[in-house]
Amino acid sequence: MPDIRVTVDGVRYDDQVEARRLLVHHLRRLGKVGTPVGCDTSNCGACTVLMDGASVKSCTVLAVQADGSRISTVEGMAADGEWHPLQSAFHRRHALQCGYCTPGMLMAASDLLQDNPDPTEEEVREGLEGNLCRCTGYANIVAAVLDAAAEMRGAHTRTPVGGGTA
Amino acid sequence: MIPAPFAYLRPDSLGAAVAALAADEDAKALAGGQSLVPLLRFRLAAPTTVVDLSGVDGLRGVADDGDALRIGALTTHHEVVRDPLVAEHCALLAMAARTVADPAVRHRGTLGGSLAHADPAADLPAAVLALGAEMEVEGPDGARTVPASAFFADYLTTALEPGEVLAAVRVPKLTGWGFHYEKFSRTAQAWAVVGVAAAVRREDGAVAEARVGLASMAPVPVRAGEAERACGGAAGAEDLRAAGALAREAGSPPSDLNGGADYRRHLAGVLAGRALARAAGMEAVQA
Ligand SMILES: Cc1cc2nc3c(=O)[nH]c(=O)nc-3n(C[C@H](O)[C@H](O)[C@H](O)COP(=O)(O)OP(=O)(O)OC[C@H]3O[C@@H](n4cnc5c(N)ncnc54)[C@H](O)[C@@H]3O)c2cc1C
Ligand code: FES
Ligand code: FES
Repeated sequence: MPDIRVTVDGVRYDDQVEARRLLVHHLRRLGKVGTPVGCDTSNCGACTVLMDGASVKSCTVLAVQADGSRISTVEGMAADGEWHPLQSAFHRRHALQCGYCTPGMLMAASDLLQDNPDPTEEEVREGLEGNLCRCTGYANIVAAVLDAAAEMRGAHTRTPVGGGTA
Repeated sequence: MIPAPFAYLRPDSLGAAVAALAADEDAKALAGGQSLVPLLRFRLAAPTTVVDLSGVDGLRGVADDGDALRIGALTTHHEVVRDPLVAEHCALLAMAARTVADPAVRHRGTLGGSLAHADPAADLPAAVLALGAEMEVEGPDGARTVPASAFFADYLTTALEPGEVLAAVRVPKLTGWGFHYEKFSRTAQAWAVVGVAAAVRREDGAVAEARVGLASMAPVPVRAGEAERACGGAAGAEDLRAAGALAREAGSPPSDLNGGADYRRHLAGVLAGRALARAAGMEAVQA
């Protein structure tokens, strides 16, 4: 079995994996269960993570393809006990109901904002076009991403994890 | 779903990749995996060996090669969309790549993978056909060059022989031409019901030459020859819409859940006219 070395949310993991193992299954076996499998058909984006800084659908990457790479998941978003501005904005704007799509939405949104810190509503919708939500109707998700973008361009304030709404 | 087991190789040279593919008749090359991994997961493909091309040097990136650009097969859709040489000399490729799937798929999926996969509804095959590109192929018997017009053989089938790797795509510089890719799909991130890749060269305000590549109008991408010829001398959007309407006669469109053959013919005629007029700068592009 191939040996792989992957850094997930800043921690290095050396493992032997079956070549057929999907990255999303590998992450979940490492205990990083914040990344769910949604459709298993490469369509929904629930499994989105960043691989060397770029969004990928982790159900559509083999773990061996991630050898040597840096993976960021939703579990690494909050820092020092404080939510990322995207997480706070999703909370504040009610950008989730069941929450199944949320990890992928957050990762896709963070990829979009590092590329384009000041997107229009249309650009947010395009940036999230690979992520499906069956609950919200998207309006609050788009509003939350625009909110977070404004906040990140400005003060960069963070809300304590579990902390209140604005 | 979990793929069937396979042996995994990541050779570091093109020669070793070709040798690995030639050594096992059930081996498959792996580029970005955005078509192959879903097929593995559904067990619609069950290769005994997967040969990952990502370790091979020199298969990635866009280089200026005189009268053409040489684009490595492993160049991702994302890279094609942003490349300044592509923007200057064959922007049609970037326009088509921008419509593929979604950002995450474009980060991984490659130009070579899309062409080698040869899905009839894919966007990049229609664009390389219209651009008159050539495929640089490396195989057990050495290198050969295949024009795009001879590369797409049938549904999901190309001229690649077992053991052959698509190494690069040579795209002639069409500097100064106008381009437009017009894609009609039912939902965000969906495949084309019909896609039209148009390239137009103008002289003294009229159209001197035009090319039209169609996606999803046959088991392979096709050129709309009659429409192309009818563009000569066109001086306005009306002329180009009339010429484009002839694209409805091209190919042999399928009937499937996305639309019947008649509907696709209708779409091809309308979209080709629109794509030509926009490529020629004779009709504004709406966002
Ligand atoms: C959700 C989703 C939506 C999509 N929507 C679209 C769309 O709208 N339009 C569109 O055009 N595409 C679409 N695609 C497909 C996408 O463009 C893929 O990136 C592309 O088809 C395959 O490229 P790849 O690099 O991922 O190839 P892989 O999946 O790695 O390989 C695909 C096939 O090509 C072979 N192959 C790959 N590279 C080579 C090579 N260099 N030499 C020889 N053989 C090779 C492999 O053996 C395999 O058979 C979509 C994919 C997904 C998952
Ligand atoms: S689970 Fe990966 S895209 Fe849906
Ligand atoms: S919140 Fe339920 S799928 Fe998006």
